Amino acid sequence: MTAIVDIRDLKKTYDGGFQALKGVSLQIEQGEILALLGPNGAGKTTLISAICGIVTPSSGSVSVGGHDIVTEFRAARAMIGLVPQEIHLEPFETVWRTVRYSRGLFGCKRDDTHLEQVLRDLSLWDKRHARTMELSGGMKRRVLIAKALSHEPRVLFLDEPTAGVDVELRRDMWKLVEGLRAAGVTIILTTHYIEEAEAIADRVGVIAKGELLLVEEKDALMARMGRKTLEIELQDPVTVLPDSLAGYGLEIVREGAALRYAYDTQAERTGITKLLADLAAAGLQMRDLQTSQSSLEEIFVGLVAERNAEDAA
Amino acid sequence: MNLTAMAAIYRVEMMRFFRTLAQSFISPVISTSLYFVVFGTAIGTRIDQVEGVSYGAFIVPGLIMLTVMTQSLSNASFGIYFPKFIGTIFELLSAPVNFLEIVIGFVGAAATKALFIGLVILATSAFFVDIRIQHPFAMIAFLVLTCVSFSLFGFIIGIWAKNFEQLQLIPLLVVTPLVFLGGSFYSITMLPPVWQTISLFNPVMYLISGFRWAFFGLADVPVGISLLAIAGFTAICLGLVWWIFRTGWRIRS
Ligand SMILES: Nc1ncnc2c1ncn2[C@@H]1O[C@H](COP(=O)(O)OP(=O)(O)OP(=O)(O)O)[C@@H](O)[C@H]1O
Ligand SMILES: [Mg+2]
Repeated sequence: MTAIVDIRDLKKTYDGGFQALKGVSLQIEQGEILALLGPNGAGKTTLISAICGIVTPSSGSVSVGGHDIVTEFRAARAMIGLVPQEIHLEPFETVWRTVRYSRGLFGCKRDDTHLEQVLRDLSLWDKRHARTMELSGGMKRRVLIAKALSHEPRVLFLDEPTAGVDVELRRDMWKLVEGLRAAGVTIILTTHYIEEAEAIADRVGVIAKGELLLVEEKDALMARMGRKTLEIELQDPVTVLPDSLAGYGLEIVREGAALRYAYDTQAERTGITKLLADLAAAGLQMRDLQTSQSSLEEIFVGLVAERNAEDAA
Repeated sequence: MNLTAMAAIYRVEMMRFFRTLAQSFISPVISTSLYFVVFGTAIGTRIDQVEGVSYGAFIVPGLIMLTVMTQSLSNASFGIYFPKFIGTIFELLSAPVNFLEIVIGFVGAAATKALFIGLVILATSAFFVDIRIQHPFAMIAFLVLTCVSFSLFGFIIGIWAKNFEQLQLIPLLVVTPLVFLGGSFYSITMLPPVWQTISLFNPVMYLISGFRWAFFGLADVPVGISLLAIAGFTAICLGLVWWIFRTGWRIRS
């Protein structure tokens, strides 16, 4: 299958001389949800802006749906919807007019039924006659999404769509994203909320300092890099560990009521069986066992820290 | 051509105008009336006629030009500066439109507004003086061309400007003096010879002269040269706009 968005060695150096993208290559498949994670200033917005035509790339190429974004910019851009990170809206226009304008700007014939559907999906229908400056921040963000969806894009870029958005709206948005995915729309979103990537993405890309550190299936990534912890709840609290358990790196938690054991799921032996046997031999009674997997957040923080250490070295 | 996009831009820009219609309408009417009171009445009693035309009528073309030029500039420069200022320009840059479509949308709307105001002034003038137009088609052609070329120029200023002060700077510092010194309220033949020569370097003089010729059949310079001047000005502005969009100067980082 060919990628719907094909980014090849994309570089961007801003006028001041700052290199925000240091050669990013990325293939995004039709219909997938890709989450881009990265610390502030990593280059996420720059990457999206370069694809959408807001920033001129210094070198490299991008095609969308097989259309080069420079030579066939019309065909490429007609496929793209963009929800920017910052809220930029014409303050005096009503919601309805600004959304209709976006549709027209992208060369689509007027279709009020579609626009109505979009506004209803985003719970904006009641606000359609309100001027955008009269809306709350969360509603403004929804208007931006409505504008991006007004022209039925095949590829949707969401640059931190849930920044400053309450829990309810965030769930609404995830639902919307699910619906769009079901309709075959490819979605690229950036976020600082790891749980967001974890909840909705198919693949996760990590960017730091203008470089794509990795792109991987979310599940594979979690399995590969995930560390699991086993928490052993004890019948009677302990304050010190018997010597026979010294080699496990156990941590006493919850004021001695439980022990925590971290292990690598990819390791040949997890050591759990032996640990449990040793615990029994040491006379510690177990009440309950619980395992948990490390989140993307931990993986991500680890990756970026590794990267920084490399740079420092 | 993405006609739908062009129409969308044009419509939104015109909406801005209609939202403030009363304002857009009343201020030129009042200022025109004031000009007639001040120039027409006060000076007109001293200068009876200019080349066979009553002074009151003589200043009408200049007055229209003055307003149309400043209106074109301010409408067009604000029209493109505003999205830059509030950030909504991202949408234009990401849309499947080329520079010509954007320019036609913005400049077309700005020129339409200026044209409308120009006609309002013409109508207002008719209350004060007796106006006959010898070459109505030429009059309209000059008016439209002036609206378009100055809107283009305003568009460039709007892209160039980094703040509101700069937005006002060129119109205030360059254009207004050129318009006043371009023979809006007098014939340059009334000036001493040195100033007549200097006036020949003022591009606005050619426009006003040509426009006045369309009214009264009298001109400071041959009407062909006036046409050439305005065509040249339009071409230069168009070239600049094309270059701006090709390089992304001040709009695309
Ligand atoms: N117009 C510009 N001119 C110069 N430098 C810029 C410009 N825009 C962004 N940068 C720089 O490029 C780097 C990447 O910025 P970018 O906005 O792409 O980061 P980001 O990953 O989106 O960050 P955030 O999570 O904060 O949104 C930053 O160091 C930023 O300062
Ligand atoms: Mg960003």
